[in-house]
Amino acid sequence: MTTQTTTAVAPEVLSATGSAAAPARQRRRFLARGPKEADAPDRGIVSAADWHRRSVKASLRPAHILLLVLLVIAGLGPLLWLMKSAITPTQDTLTNPMALFPNGADWSTLSTAWNDPSVGIGQQFLNTLWVATGSWGVQLLVATTGGYALAILRPKYGKIVNGLVLGTLFVPAVVLLVPLYLVVLHPPLLQTSLLNTFWAVWLPAGANAFNILLVTRFFNSLPREIFEAARTDGAGPFRLFWSIVLPMSKPILGVVSVFAIINAWKDYLWPSLVLHDPVVQPLSVRLPLIQSQIQLDVFLAALAISTIIPILLFLVFQGMFLRSAGLGGAVKG
Amino acid sequence: MSSTVSSATRAPVRDRRTPLTWLKGGGLTNLLFMVPLLVIFGVFSWTPIVQAVVMSVQHTNLVTTPEFVGFANFVHVFNDPTFYTAVQNTGYFALLALVFGFPAPLIAAVLMSEVRRAKGLFSALAYLPVVVPPVVAVLLWKFFYDASPHGVFNTILSWVGIPPQPWIQSATTAMPSLVLEATWAAAGGTIIIYLAALTSVAPELYDAAEVDGAGIWRKIWHVTLPQLRPILLVTLILQIIGTSQVFLEPFLITGGGPANSTITILQLIYSYAFQNSLGGNYGEATALSLLLAAFLAVLSFVYFRATKAWSDN
Repeated sequence: MTTQTTTAVAPEVLSATGSAAAPARQRRRFLARGPKEADAPDRGIVSAADWHRRSVKASLRPAHILLLVLLVIAGLGPLLWLMKSAITPTQDTLTNPMALFPNGADWSTLSTAWNDPSVGIGQQFLNTLWVATGSWGVQLLVATTGGYALAILRPKYGKIVNGLVLGTLFVPAVVLLVPLYLVVLHPPLLQTSLLNTFWAVWLPAGANAFNILLVTRFFNSLPREIFEAARTDGAGPFRLFWSIVLPMSKPILGVVSVFAIINAWKDYLWPSLVLHDPVVQPLSVRLPLIQSQIQLDVFLAALAISTIIPILLFLVFQGMFLRSAGLGGAVKG
Repeated sequence: MSSTVSSATRAPVRDRRTPLTWLKGGGLTNLLFMVPLLVIFGVFSWTPIVQAVVMSVQHTNLVTTPEFVGFANFVHVFNDPTFYTAVQNTGYFALLALVFGFPAPLIAAVLMSEVRRAKGLFSALAYLPVVVPPVVAVLLWKFFYDASPHGVFNTILSWVGIPPQPWIQSATTAMPSLVLEATWAAAGGTIIIYLAALTSVAPELYDAAEVDGAGIWRKIWHVTLPQLRPILLVTLILQIIGTSQVFLEPFLITGGGPANSTITILQLIYSYAFQNSLGGNYGEATALSLLLAAFLAVLSFVYFRATKAWSDN
């Protein structure tokens, strides 16, 4: 459950995002367009003729340079400061936070932040990976099997289920906070509480109507003739699911995966409620708790370590991140 | 809710449909694929939603047995002076978030869409803050907001001769400071959404506008903005819905202070349920969360009604 990015979404919202409104076009864009191509229309507001006018050049160029400078300061600035301060002794950061290594760098902060027996975050780093992996697995399982049943097998009661799933998009997650906590405390049929187990984060993450919506729309847009052909060739529903539908759906599964992993990495409120034991806590829950028990330089090193993986993932899979943001961001809020 | 589903799944016996035909028609396989969704949504979504409504009219604290109390929980919420402070603060946060966070991404996206080289660099830089884990961002900005003359922001201000600011230490500047951080963290996502929408504007519209003699500003005013109108309307209401549930910034940066000047509705819900020394006051917490949800539902409904004519042209 992602409590920070909670939204109630109306159906007209989804159709208004354009890209989600036309499944066929959406698929083509997913499959054919690379990350670069997607950003390159034939022309924009400023025409080629406009570009030749001196007044346009004289104002647009500086505007672009100003924008770039602002983006570097706002986007890169805080991160560079964090990387610098992570290896700067506490006293230097406190007395002159903007100076660059007035008394040299201290690399030992990084290993202290990782290894220290009481405040080290090595264990929490692994927990974060584990939380993200499990949430990803549960979300993918629920979204693909559910999407397959709703979009391709289409049993009669599918419409009711679909309605109930989409209905939850209207309910802000804040409504779920307390009752969901009580479900995790006393889960049905199980004798034990799920508190302080990863299941408490993994399972609720699967109840993500947005995933079902994305996957169902994508499955609906797949050409049904292929399924008919496969059935004629003797493929059963399991074979159809595993060997035909899933391999054709890599683009949408990529989008769902990006959302799942990012949300698991970001979420704070829910894991902080259900994971009290430091042994299972992810970074987002642990960092605010250790802040007061730790030297500033070690704390900043811990913040830097926590940021490295998401940043690297973003730099490597930039295209996929930005396409997901353009597609789903409007709906996710 | 889940019970209606399972009764619907059991083959409705109608005309020639029997459990046997259902089985032969692949009914069991269909159900098998549906099971993960039904179980997960049943337990972790549908049941808690129903439970929220039930709990809002009960006195529940997990210690004593739940008893029906009617609307007493709602009355308690309305009698809590902090409730009105929280509503005001949340409204103020949402308003400031619009002022800070609505025009800037639009201007940036329109400018970025006209960049001819290294467009990817612009988008990547704009999106970087979104990738920083929110808790890290919040803790980092808390340090930036250090009110001493040696604080990060105060040092930068001193370069241009501005005296040190109290930032999160003062009741008047605390909320704008929180909104500034929240805007920094979210603007990149909005920019990317606008950029995607800008690329879907049909080039012919600009060609046609030029034939009619339109300059750049007129093209922006008469082509770009009307074409973006649906997405702008949607992001506006989604932003309001999102900021109404703001929690992380006030919880971790100011803790609702100074003097409750930044306590928000979600924080109040949290403190009713989880920071109560007398045991969780779950009834009041769910009552307040339902009030918030109802308000947002009405707001969205009115908003879409009011803007429908406008967005359909």
